[in-house]
Amino acid sequence: MKNEFQVIADLIEKDKKVLDVGCADGTLMKFLKENKNINIRGLEISKEKVQECIAKGLTVIEGNAEKDLKQFPDKSFDYVVLSQTLQAFLNPELVLDELLRVGKKAIVTIPNFGYWKVRFHLLFKGTMPITKTLPDEWYNTPNLHMCTIKDFFHFVKLKDIKIFKSLALNNLNTSIINENNLGAKNLFADLGIFLIEK
Amino acid sequence: MNTEKNIKTLIVKKPLKLDCGKTIKDFPIAYQTYGSLNSKKDNAILIFHALTGDQFVTGINPVTNKEGWWSYAVGPDKAIDTNKYFVICSNVIGGCMGSYGPSHKDTDQKIFGTNFPVITINDMVNAQYNLLDHFGIDKLFSITGGSMGGMQVLQFICNFPDKSKTVIPIATTSSHSAQNIAFNELGRQAITADSNWKDGNYTSNETNPGKGLAVARMAAHITYLSKKGLQEKFGRKLQEREDLKFGFDADFQIESYLRYQGSVFVDRFDANSYLYITRAMDYFDLAKQFKGNLSEAFINTKAKFFIISFTSDWLYPTQENKDIVIALNSIGADVGFVEIKSDKGHDSFLLDVPDFLNALKNFLDKSYEEN
Repeated sequence: MKNEFQVIADLIEKDKKVLDVGCADGTLMKFLKENKNINIRGLEISKEKVQECIAKGLTVIEGNAEKDLKQFPDKSFDYVVLSQTLQAFLNPELVLDELLRVGKKAIVTIPNFGYWKVRFHLLFKGTMPITKTLPDEWYNTPNLHMCTIKDFFHFVKLKDIKIFKSLALNNLNTSIINENNLGAKNLFADLGIFLIEK
Repeated sequence: MNTEKNIKTLIVKKPLKLDCGKTIKDFPIAYQTYGSLNSKKDNAILIFHALTGDQFVTGINPVTNKEGWWSYAVGPDKAIDTNKYFVICSNVIGGCMGSYGPSHKDTDQKIFGTNFPVITINDMVNAQYNLLDHFGIDKLFSITGGSMGGMQVLQFICNFPDKSKTVIPIATTSSHSAQNIAFNELGRQAITADSNWKDGNYTSNETNPGKGLAVARMAAHITYLSKKGLQEKFGRKLQEREDLKFGFDADFQIESYLRYQGSVFVDRFDANSYLYITRAMDYFDLAKQFKGNLSEAFINTKAKFFIISFTSDWLYPTQENKDIVIALNSIGADVGFVEIKSDKGHDSFLLDVPDFLNALKNFLDKSYEEN
């Protein structure tokens, strides 16, 4: 399991109820269910991935987060997880609002467009950056709204969303992001992980 | 109808009050089982059949000598694995494969015909509930069925919220749509327009309203398929001829196919049963039973739901299945949902659609492991 999922799992206490939005093949769900006794649900848009989840015995709903989150009642989950997908929605702001309505807390991770390799790629190669977390070409990437850790940090502040924890991930290293080191983390982390609440 | 040989029946002694107000008692329910009930009695699956189905789910139907209607899904090592699970299926009341229906005789030894009470999906499941007592099963492992079978699944778990661990409604609805009522009415009108129908008082096979019933079946059959499926299978292909004959014989393969479907159907199905069962479907509106709030129907159950729809099913489209998912999610129920890609229309659930059969098998087997 990738390091990102381990960090997410560490943020969630045992025996909670969790919704994994864009749960893909259910790797994180399965881990949470088996290791933390989490009552876990998934929402996934791909039919193939939904089948993989069913084969793992996971409860998953085929659907689109932009349309289908609205069926869940307010605060019906302790945590809602959204891993590296926010930038792929037509309206990320609306999805973020929905995550915070449905979940008591939300864990959102974003691929950091401010990462130095991304910046260097654009600066020196002059072409759209391709990195480990951003593997696609400009013409086939699902990403519509790329942002940096700094952008996300400012955005949640603007929206009066409480940040409980912000973590920067660079390969296997996890560190805490705060107001003082934001500039540096925005340069050296390729992934940001945020535990938030509204 | 041949209702004597090879048909197991349970005579229900307990009076059953029907939605129409009448009470029936000492009535037969014809059923069939597959596999064996384990000592803990926790491996039973109750399957509900659709409009024209019966209790003979798989293997050779001893009355029609044809394959059971869900042979692709049920059997040893299949999605509903009879090596592992004890499968029970019964003919709905109002039906014509041995359960109490319009072709039965009343206390004066006169065939009921349209004097049989109008029954509902609710009546059907209340009647079938008696099978649990008969087998000494306290809690089923699963209940499942497609189309009208799915309606019975929903009604069953609503009426008996703690009687099944898992619940699998397939290609169904919680409320019969105007379009579906319209198609059913077309079928009923075809039957009643047949001069042999005689207000339901036909008696022998020779004088039954076979033509009307065949037309009803032909019209319904079209609704079970998709436009794309029909086009790919038949297109404008001609039936055993080089060119158009400029007449009203079956020039096209699709015509010949529909005529065949109609003609084989009348050999196995009773026209009055067709009227009764389609009526039960039309009357089905689970939300209405709870003042329009479908979620209320499921508020008392802790069962795990898995809902399945098909992309090309326009009779019970994905949205109507999703409405059930939404109702369940709004009360925090344990519900999974998948829409299976298939161009075989509503009939997809009866056919060899691997993604569907795999999902069904995986859901059942994984849930059983956690049992």
